[in-house]
Amino acid sequence: MSGTDNKLVIKSVSKTFKTKKTDVTALQETTFDVREGEFVTILGPSGCGKSTILRVVAGLVAPSSGKVLLDGKMITSPGPERGMVFQSYTLFPWLTVQKNIEFGLELKKNGKDAREKEARRYLELIGLSGFENVYPVNLSGGMKQRVAIARALANEPEVLLMDEPFGALDAQTRTLMQELLLNVWEETRKTIMFVTHDVEEAIFLGDTIYVMTARPGRIKEKIKVDLPRSRNYEIKDKPEFLAYKRHALELIRQESIKAANIV
Amino acid sequence: MKGPIRNTLKKGTTEKYGYLGIINFALILMAWSALAYSGLVSNIFLPTPVQVIETAYQMISDPAGDNLLHHAFISTARVAVGFCLSAIIAVPLGMFMGRLSSVRAFFEPLMGAVRYMPASAFIPLFILWIGLGEAEKITVIFWGTFFQQTLMVMDVAKNVSGELVEVSYTLGAKQLNTFKKVILPASLPGIIDTLRISFGWAWTYLIVAELVGANSGLGYVIIQAGRFLHTDVIFVGILVIGLLGMFTDLFFKILYRVMFPWLTKEGT
Ligand SMILES: Nc1ncnc2c1ncn2[C@@H]1O[C@H](COP(=O)(O)OP(=O)(O)OP(=O)(O)O)[C@@H](O)[C@H]1O
Ligand SMILES: [Mg+2]
Repeated sequence: MSGTDNKLVIKSVSKTFKTKKTDVTALQETTFDVREGEFVTILGPSGCGKSTILRVVAGLVAPSSGKVLLDGKMITSPGPERGMVFQSYTLFPWLTVQKNIEFGLELKKNGKDAREKEARRYLELIGLSGFENVYPVNLSGGMKQRVAIARALANEPEVLLMDEPFGALDAQTRTLMQELLLNVWEETRKTIMFVTHDVEEAIFLGDTIYVMTARPGRIKEKIKVDLPRSRNYEIKDKPEFLAYKRHALELIRQESIKAANIV
Repeated sequence: MKGPIRNTLKKGTTEKYGYLGIINFALILMAWSALAYSGLVSNIFLPTPVQVIETAYQMISDPAGDNLLHHAFISTARVAVGFCLSAIIAVPLGMFMGRLSSVRAFFEPLMGAVRYMPASAFIPLFILWIGLGEAEKITVIFWGTFFQQTLMVMDVAKNVSGELVEVSYTLGAKQLNTFKKVILPASLPGIIDTLRISFGWAWTYLIVAELVGANSGLGYVIIQAGRFLHTDVIFVGILVIGLLGMFTDLFFKILYRVMFPWLTKEGT
């Protein structure tokens, strides 16, 4: 099903980290495609290589084999067309919210007015208008991640890579952030690759879920999520949602048991 | 959504316990007075606080060449010049060592070794090579601070969060921009802290430098006073150095607060 509208092609990518003592295979050969505008979630147990896939796509890690193509071009290094949001808070603490969002635009040498206008647009999108001149230290975890999303989006990337961005947040905030992200996605129609170990999160957000095996990870199953958009939290109680959840939980359970036996 | 939260607890704590430091000073002053005035310890070894103040006052009114302020000024100038020369080289060098492993591999072993050689042991060499003038004193201060300073700045630069660097790459920054826009600002608080701490060492090496072949400066005053058992003068010398140290420390702390409002919650 690799049509011409494939934004991102991940082709036989694997990764083995060579350390002094041993070689750690973090990722076995993995192949999949992401369509333009698709919201893909990658679901897997802890340590299965989810971050590794994302970091290869970001260009932060070179694959041991295989390659990643973005719009047909091979990825060899990090670049602004692949924005990333990390699990840990990575706002630049010495920059205000506004300046954080402008960071990439400044590198592109956009004019001051244009930068400020863009920053304000994305601040509004994430619901943080009025926080322009606040330093990150004064923001809650959820707010920090929202600014990190705005900062990545302001660069107008082709793909947005998200590595458990809500993993450190409490359950309530996390649900709100998921809804906010869906709103942002519906507004911008970005191609998104979202990594999580949270089954509900993966179903709620994704068009497609790639479930991974325990380490060394590879794709165990591809799940197409046929739930109507726009979704809000109420969908999490619907029988269709629960059916997906039961199935995904079972897959993850098998892998977690495997992982536990290895240790 | 609320605005930034004021961290009242933290602020209140400093105010609440500020008096403890003053109590500490007062206790030491009382113990000193008790020992000195009771005659328990002879004045030759321990002058009274009033004697020290009187001596200080007298030294301030001394003729120009022997004036306390003159000595304090000379010493401060020596420390400042030696310290600044050291910092001007140590900060950029430490930054490069922290971020470029080849530069680090080249310099670190040598610096690690020299750091453990006491600077005072080099004084005879410096005198031999440079003579007894100002250059030699400044060299001693430089030598005493430079290596440690460089290695501390190196550590600061090395410990900049790897994720901040990575995020800047995904936002389109290349190496040079990342250095300027991420590594430098992230390192600045640590650098200012390093400077504050190493300024104290610079003072230590000043006294070492003025032990030998000096005819001015607070170290010289203290050494001379020691020869003639002028304990009160020794006290004045030490207290002046202490005061100067306190002021520079305060200066750096204020600088830190002004430069880095983003570090504290109250900052906005
Ligand atoms: N730089 C590295 N050097 C050596 N081993 C690494 C490195 N990065 C990751 N690994 C190992 O590769 C495996 C997969 O790591 P990865 O971070 O991709 O997993 P993950 O699925 O994101 O896990 P988590 O749920 O903890 O985020 C882990 O066993 C990890 O220890
Ligand atoms: Mg991870």
